[in-house]
Amino acid sequence: MPRKTADMTNQMISAQGLTKTFPAKGKVVEAVRSVDLEVGAGELVAFLGPNGAGKSTTLRMLTTLLPPTSGEAIVAGSDIRRDPAGVRRRIGYVGQGSSGGHTQRVRDELHAQGAFYGMGRRETRARAAELIDSLELGQIAGRQVQSLSGGQKRRLDIALGLIHRPELLFLDEPSTGLDPHSRANLWEHIVDLRRETGTTIFLTTHYLDEADQLAERVMVMDHGQVIADDTAWALKESLAGDRVSLTFETASDAAAAAARIGGEASGQFVTVTAPGGDRALPRYIRSLADAGLEVVAATHRQPTLDDVFLALTGRTLREEAAHAEASEPVPA
Amino acid sequence: MTTIDTTARPTGFIRDTASVFVRESRPLVRDPFSVMFSLVQPLVFLGLFGPLLIGASGGDAAGTLQWFVPGILVMVALFGTASTGANLLFEMQTGSHERTLVAPLSRSALLVGRALKEVVPLVVQGTIVVLVAVPFGFSLDVPGLIAGLAVLAVFGVGFGALSYSLALACRNRDWMFWMVHQTLLFPLMILSGMLLPLEDGPAWMQVAAAINPLSYLVGAERALLSGDFGAPAVVGGIIAAAATCAIGIVVGVRSMKRAA
Ligand SMILES: Nc1ncnc2c1ncn2[C@@H]1O[C@H](COP(=O)(O)OP(=O)(O)O)[C@@H](O)[C@H]1O
Ligand SMILES: [Mg+2]
Repeated sequence: MPRKTADMTNQMISAQGLTKTFPAKGKVVEAVRSVDLEVGAGELVAFLGPNGAGKSTTLRMLTTLLPPTSGEAIVAGSDIRRDPAGVRRRIGYVGQGSSGGHTQRVRDELHAQGAFYGMGRRETRARAAELIDSLELGQIAGRQVQSLSGGQKRRLDIALGLIHRPELLFLDEPSTGLDPHSRANLWEHIVDLRRETGTTIFLTTHYLDEADQLAERVMVMDHGQVIADDTAWALKESLAGDRVSLTFETASDAAAAAARIGGEASGQFVTVTAPGGDRALPRYIRSLADAGLEVVAATHRQPTLDDVFLALTGRTLREEAAHAEASEPVPA
Repeated sequence: MTTIDTTARPTGFIRDTASVFVRESRPLVRDPFSVMFSLVQPLVFLGLFGPLLIGASGGDAAGTLQWFVPGILVMVALFGTASTGANLLFEMQTGSHERTLVAPLSRSALLVGRALKEVVPLVVQGTIVVLVAVPFGFSLDVPGLIAGLAVLAVFGVGFGALSYSLALACRNRDWMFWMVHQTLLFPLMILSGMLLPLEDGPAWMQVAAAINPLSYLVGAERALLSGDFGAPAVVGGIIAAAATCAIGIVVGVRSMKRAA
């Protein structure tokens, strides 16, 4: 059987103009606005953006859960509109919620999932055993899903998403709500999976460190649009630059210093954004000493993805996250 | 780059329905106690309601049971499958319903598989109710019972599918599901003559009964369980069951596509 897979074109996801609008109380919510995406086979991409940015909606269109209002996409070699069953067979999807049925047992769910994907009984059992082993579900394989911890549920969700060895795995907010230990553990599993199988992974997150540590490529989404797309390193380098902060005795010193080296003064503090800030720092101190301005304290900080987000939108993701967590809507 | 070969294979409606049914049934198999409990309910009903009805009718026990037992069977079918949607409601709030939608499963198999899971206990319950009634004078006609249960099963799949659609329409608002559920079930039940005869009721009740598909089902069950295959009521019941089934699946698949 000829398989029209992504390796022919080396593209796993190719989307043009994906748009989704929802009618809401008389007006229209533009959840996703003309998003173009190209993801190659084997990539690990993080979709970063605040709550409500349109990440899940984009994922739900790419996984055939939601028909786009307009736009096209080829996912794992099949058209999401014309051949949704083809897309479904080749992708794995771990949604924002928990995938296992409450009263189901862990191993039973894996077996059911194999059957859903048309796998034979023996094949399913072997694969389930393999996943139980690799995702450390052995201790809990006979337990009901409702008795599991958040981290255990998430590992089951990933196992369910992988039962049929998908070429492409979508993960929607995989670590949201987990404690730091479980998050680190989950990331390890994701990185291992990638290393061992070469599965293409497309995940969404509103955690900066998650995007930073996991992904080679970060797409920043805000208000339904992709506003930046590059490696985390290149984004920081081109959009944010290093941060150098200097402290002075008085505010007037700080103002004079800001005028001399270029930067922003605020009270006794001056912040300068500069590429190669670690090397610039001694130069600043020397040049300011020449002008009789004494630096009391100095720090240098590498830019974070939050600085990138700030540079792009004028808002910070940390505030957004704190705000959103307080008023988190029910995930659709 | 390693190329991965997915192990997913194309499937068809029958296989998908079986997969969904097996998944849904597993918790029952794992926890047979809950099934036993659900078997007790119709028996309690038979045990408590039956003697009253026999007393009130002034007729003999056997004749009353012959009339009453088919009604209980329909009631079991109605209440058993009406809650199909309640389980779904729960799975929609977690992500497990969404997971089945991303799997390459036929949409109608998702519905029928779930509804069948409610239908199998229904058949078991119905059989037990009938067997328990036999020593008290109910005359058992085996082919009639099989046919009666088959008609009930067809109805149950359709009614289960309608309950599923209701759950999809009420997503994130469970109270609405239960409100519609409660508001519809009791009038449907009473206005079918399932438990109490409607012949002596006011005219409007008889009109309501005439447009209630359940009345036809009850009539057909009464004929079938007595082995009267030739009764005109049988045709009406089969039509009512088949129509419920067809409408349920069509409406269910449509609302699933719309809700996604
Ligand atoms: N089913 C829906 N009906 C109406 N509005 C929706 C629906 N799903 C999402 N939205 C809205 O679309 C926007 C994007 O949501 P979403 O894709 O869930 O964002 P994210 O996953 O980035 O947090 C939000 O404003 C959200 O309220
Ligand atoms: Mg989301």
